[in-house]
Parts: sequence; structure tokens; C-alpha cells
Amino acid sequence: MIRFTHASKRYPGGHDALLNVNFHLEPGEMAFLTGHSGAGKSTFLKLIALIERTSRGQVLVNNQNLSKLKSRNIPYFRRNIGIIFQDHQLLFDRTVFDNVALPLIIAGYPHREIGKRVRAALDKVNLLNKEKAYPITLSGGEQQRVGIARAVVNKPSLLLADEPTGNLDPELSREIMAIFEQFSQVGTSVLVATHDLDMISQLPYRILGLKQGQLIKDTKTDAQQGTMR
Amino acid sequence: MKTNNKSRRTVRFSLATLFKTYVLRHAQVFFYSLGQLIRHPFSLFMTAAVIGIALALPTGLHVLLKNVQQLSGEWDRTTQISVFLKPDTSEQRARDLQQQISRFPEVEKVNYISKQKALDEFQRLSGFGDALKALKHNPLPSVLVVQPLITLDEQNISTQLITKLQRIKDVDIAQRDEQWIKRLYAIIDIVRRGVALLSIMLALAVLLVVGNTIRLAIQNRRDEIIVTKLIGGTNAFIRRPFLYTGFWYGLFGGFIAIFLVSVSLLLLHGPVEQLTSLYQGSFSLANINFRTSIILLIASILLGLGGSWLAVGRHLREIEPR
Repeated sequence: MIRFTHASKRYPGGHDALLNVNFHLEPGEMAFLTGHSGAGKSTFLKLIALIERTSRGQVLVNNQNLSKLKSRNIPYFRRNIGIIFQDHQLLFDRTVFDNVALPLIIAGYPHREIGKRVRAALDKVNLLNKEKAYPITLSGGEQQRVGIARAVVNKPSLLLADEPTGNLDPELSREIMAIFEQFSQVGTSVLVATHDLDMISQLPYRILGLKQGQLIKDTKTDAQQGTMR
Repeated sequence: MKTNNKSRRTVRFSLATLFKTYVLRHAQVFFYSLGQLIRHPFSLFMTAAVIGIALALPTGLHVLLKNVQQLSGEWDRTTQISVFLKPDTSEQRARDLQQQISRFPEVEKVNYISKQKALDEFQRLSGFGDALKALKHNPLPSVLVVQPLITLDEQNISTQLITKLQRIKDVDIAQRDEQWIKRLYAIIDIVRRGVALLSIMLALAVLLVVGNTIRLAIQNRRDEIIVTKLIGGTNAFIRRPFLYTGFWYGLFGGFIAIFLVSVSLLLLHGPVEQLTSLYQGSFSLANINFRTSIILLIASILLGLGGSWLAVGRHLREIEPR
């Protein structure tokens, strides 16, 4: 699903945000990306969502080489990825329904289809009764679930989440994680950047550790290679 | 890649459905952008009024010019030659001359305006009645107004007929009344060019006004644009509401311009009628017609679209997710 081959990102000014990262995420796999702030988590996700491009090396998503993807095709590429933000990035002048419908409207879905899909997505995050509400009237956890509904309404094959539980208490965080698990169980690849190590250590998923732009830990490959550390 | 296939399968719809959806989306954005504008009626009015005033000025001048051209065109067809007689020419001699000239083959008719008649007319129309009474004697000459045959071509009138009239004894000056029309035409030509230049400058101003307004709208909706880009919105999709906003500004501005021009000309109507009656003419000021209104509206809409296109083209590219 995602494959990094010697991927590096150097920002203008010479700061190396990522250095020679190799990594492969299988379709339907769920993984956590950890590290201190500034370790390169955001850059990692940005390379996948084509918000940034690699300076060296390659990133393949869905067998597509991102360095060869033309700028004008980026929107169509992103429609296959659901992105969830820490601050959920909802549009506050529209109802929950309209927020969740936005990716479908962008992709040009017919009207009837939109209603069906939006309600299905809201049902998955348990917010079916809030479709007419405005985001401002919802709690933080509910807003984040609206953000998730918007990310999955398009049925993307890949979900990226950048600190999705950063502002939530542990119980709400677990709720959110449970939703991600559900998606991975139906075959969606999920990659979650977080620094909530307590929570992810209780979950049986792959953990990637970044430090100063380098991948220093990968529970999957480490286990395969036996005694790395 | 089970999930990938699934997501691909669900995107497939019939072409007719896709087209219907596309048109429906356009219509939605079209009225959505109108709704957004109407939610802030004051700022909509301000921007539309600036556009309206900027466009009303050249349009109003254009309509006035057309009126003047029409008026001078009427005068042009009735070219007359005024034959001024020497001051000491007797009444009898003048009448003889009238007879003589009217027998010329190239002349249709001759009107005789005696000194006294000219003075009376002048007194009546000019409003200087009392002042003229102070004069000891009538300073005006007798005039024979010669109306040449309309079939006569221009060159003949100006050269041959005038020389012929000039040569007659007791004739002081024979001159064509259209001399000043030629001057008027020259002036009109200059004014027309001035109006054209003014139109171009004000059209640019409208472009900039709309462009700046849209630029502000883009900056206000920066977050929304970033989110839309992140979830796969194409530039065309993001551009659309702003272009329609420009369209609405142009449309409303155009209506305001038409309204301003109509009202201004309506206000001028009375005084102009009064003025032309003083010149013994009956001329009624034509207001902005349907064709000009439509052209004005189209131009206004195009300027609105153009202005927003410029702004969107420049500023959307700067807004990228970071």
C-alpha cells in the first residue's frame, strides 16, 4: 500500500526532516507512527499525502510512484486517501452532513448517492443523530468523529491520521482508535501518527519509531530480524 | 487490493448521471455564491455600487454622445445658406433679391428675414428684450435664408452656389450654416475618443475592484481552501464559487449602472427640452436603450468574471496545504 525506498526530505535551508527511510505498509495493515515532535512524523505523512515531495528516494502509494505524479493529478490521487487532522479541520459554516458530504461533492457523486453514503459514514462513528448540527455545537470527541466520517465517506483504501487523539482524554482516544481498528478490519490501510505511547502499547499493532528523521524502530521488521536491539 | 477495487467500483456512474450531477453542482454553486453575497447585503451593495458608478460614467457619456450625433445629423440634412445683406440695403431691394435668388435652378426656396423681424425674434427668444430697447438702432442685418435643392451634391453647394450668391450686389456674406456642424463633428470625435479612453480606464478599475474583493474573499476562506485541497478538490472546483461571485458582482454592478444612467438622463430630460425649445427645435433626449443596456450588462459581467479570474489565478496557487 505504502512503500518508502531510501526516502529523504530536506527542507530549504538544509534541515533534514527525514533521512533514508525504508518502510512498507501492507494493504489492510494498521500501524502507529511515533516519535517526539520534530522527529519527522508530520513530514512522513506529508510525503504520503503529496503535501511535500521527497528530496531523494521514492514513495510509492498504491503502486504509484509519487515523484512521477503530476501536480494537476494530485487532487485525484488524494481522493483515494482519507486524512484525519489533530484539529479536525471542519468547516464551521456548514452542518455536519455538509462537512461529511464535501469529499463526495468534490468527486462529483450524484445527489442520492451522497445522502446514502454520508449517513453510512455518520452511522459508523455513531453520529447519525447529529447530521443537521453545526460542528461548533459538538464536543471535541464528536468533532473528531465528524472528521473521521469525512475521511472515510469516500471509502478510501488508505487512512492517514495526524495526532487524531491529541486533544482528547484517554477514554475518547480509545473510542477513536476502536473506530480505526474497525476500518482496518474491513481492509483499509491505516497509519496513525501519535505520541500517546501508553495507549498504543496496549494495542497489538505495528509501531514505527522516528528519531531525528530516521526510522529507529519498527516492531514488525525488528521481530522478523530477531535481536536488533 | 480488495479495498481499492471496491472504491473504484463505486465511483462508476453512467455518463448521463455524471453530466446531470455536474450541471446540478454548477447550479448549486451558482446560487450558493449568490446566497453567500446576500448574507452580507451591505458589502455586496458597496462593491456593486463602485462597479455601477464606474460603468455609469462612460455609459452615460456614450448615450449623451449618441444624442448629440443624432441631433447634428438632423441639422446636417437641412443645410442652409445664410445670405447676409449689407446694412443699408432697402426693404424693396431685399425682396427683389429674394425673388431673384429663388429663380436659381439649384435653389429650392428663399426665406426673407427682415432686420425688424430678426430683432423681434431675437428679443423674444433671447431674453435680452429690455437691453435691446436701449439700442438706438437695429444692429442686425437682413438675411435671406437660402434652401438649396437636396439633390444638389455637397461640393456644388459650398463652392459654386456660395460664390454665385457672394457676387450679387448688396450681399455682404453668404455662408453655409454647416461650418459649425463640421466643428461640432470634430469636437464630437475628440469627445468620443475621450469617452473610449475613459471607458478603458474605468473598465480596468472595475477589474481591479472585483479582483481585490475576490482576493479578500479568498483570504477569508483560506482554511476552507486548504481543507478542500487536502480532500481532493481540484483547482477548478475551488475556483468555481469565486468566479460565480465575480459574476454576481458584475451583474449587480451592471444593473446599478443602468439605473444610474437612466435616472441621470431622466433628470436631464426636462432641462434639455426647455433648451431646445429656446432654439425653436423639438428634441427629446433619448434614454439608454435596450441594446445598450444589454451590452452594458454583458460587459459588466465579463469584467466581474475577469476580475475574479485574475484574483483566483494569482492567489489560489499561493494557498497550498503545509
